[in-house]
Amino acid sequence: MKRTLKRSNAPIFWALFGAGGMLSALLGPILVFITGLAVPLAMLLPADTMSYANMLAFAQNIIGKGFIFAIISLFLWHAAHRIFHSLHDIGIHAGIVAKLICYGGAMVATLITAYTLLAIGF
Amino acid sequence: MSENQRIIEIEVLRYNPETDKEPSKQVFEVPFTDDMSVLQGVQYIKDYLDGSLSFRWSCRMAICGSCGMMINGEPSLSCETFLRDYYPARVRVEALAHFPIEKDLVINMEGFIEKLESIQPYIIPKEERTLAQGEYLQTPAQLASYEQFSSCINCMLCYAACPQFGLNSEFIGPAAMALLHRYNIDSRDGGKGERMELVNSEEGVFNCTAVGYCSEVCPKHVDPANAVNQNKTNSAADYFMRFLTPKGGAK
Amino acid sequence: MSKRRPYVRPMAGWWRKNPFFVEYMIHEGTALFVAAYALILLTGLVYLSRGEAAWNVWLEGLKNPWYIAFHWLTLAAMCYHTYTWFKIMPRTMPPVVVGGKRLPDFAITGSGLAVAATASLAMLGLVWGMAR
Repeated sequence: MKRTLKRSNAPIFWALFGAGGMLSALLGPILVFITGLAVPLAMLLPADTMSYANMLAFAQNIIGKGFIFAIISLFLWHAAHRIFHSLHDIGIHAGIVAKLICYGGAMVATLITAYTLLAIGF
Repeated sequence: MSENQRIIEIEVLRYNPETDKEPSKQVFEVPFTDDMSVLQGVQYIKDYLDGSLSFRWSCRMAICGSCGMMINGEPSLSCETFLRDYYPARVRVEALAHFPIEKDLVINMEGFIEKLESIQPYIIPKEERTLAQGEYLQTPAQLASYEQFSSCINCMLCYAACPQFGLNSEFIGPAAMALLHRYNIDSRDGGKGERMELVNSEEGVFNCTAVGYCSEVCPKHVDPANAVNQNKTNSAADYFMRFLTPKGGAK
Repeated sequence: MSKRRPYVRPMAGWWRKNPFFVEYMIHEGTALFVAAYALILLTGLVYLSRGEAAWNVWLEGLKNPWYIAFHWLTLAAMCYHTYTWFKIMPRTMPPVVVGGKRLPDFAITGSGLAVAATASLAMLGLVWGMAR
């Protein structure tokens, strides 16, 4: 007797989780330090590091665009996957609803990021 | 009994399916010596204090895998856990977590046995050989690649350590995956394609959230977490590659 | 008739019952900070797309002491995420064999942390170089 097995579609979310996890493990701390602490507190870095001109030029550059897109979207896919599993861990087995909120949220944010980056132009 | 005999309190989670609605604690005062294991403490209870106490055991030397229990909340083989390490505090003994309790410290392992069977835990020869052709040869390096994963004694401590199994008993779980991996990476085996179907399924590896406690508690240092997580990579490769190769991947 | 009546214990609060699980929940919890930080960046990106005045409002907002405190907390959570990510790595990757011997866990974790430190310094240097 062999049960019928349904293939899991988890690899898609797991791969995004892994990519975002690796990216945030490598660059998360330094990015938080730069954008959240060094620049606002004017430590270490030049005062105009994140000036409008600098950041606009960065967001218009193709490599800069790719970087911003990867950071925001992959961080969110990573977090969404962990939060989805944590909900299950603490006893909220919301299934499809939890999936929609977590992964749907990451998807919406990814689309907004892509749209905004395109709107900023080249 | 020797002069340095002391008395330790052993708190046992009791459950009698014929009379109890749910399990409850019972404390026994057990005289013990330094060389006594928790298993021997429990045996003392059965022999001298309460003959109705039920538990499984056999070899008393950490090789049969029968006497697994939660000891102070940690999945342990009771034969290699010593009362002296808990004294003077009370030691709490409970049936292996995440499994249904049949009676007292005896769990229902039917689900586990079914999972063991489902992974086809035997070599499915890559190439059929007749007796005249002789044995299937293997180099020491080929043996070393899977040897660790073949040390499992089916004690189920890893399942008692796995919250994901506790939350979803359908999950194939650590020991069965470790054994599956052991056969998949054996140079003589050709059954990977058949076994991957289970790895890839909803009961498969993606239930794991890399807690890693299964590998911590394994008395034989099998590292089931590694087997499960290596197969996430295998399964993901299989998932995406089937779009690229016309016949590739399991169903 | 069978007298069997297997009892299934409830799972509620399982993660509070073992220090190993408490640590697991904490490192999973870093995801909340990763998400919050990504959303802060996304907000910044949207403000950037609305022109200089809007961007300066967002940039000025980051100086709010609450934001500063939150970023310190996020920095701590991110560092903990980095540490635990590479700590689990030996369990999640295939064995690395160097010269016929399996690389020990601490070497894998150590290499990961070293790469993260190098990447962080390179990033800081790059930003410093571009801003000058």
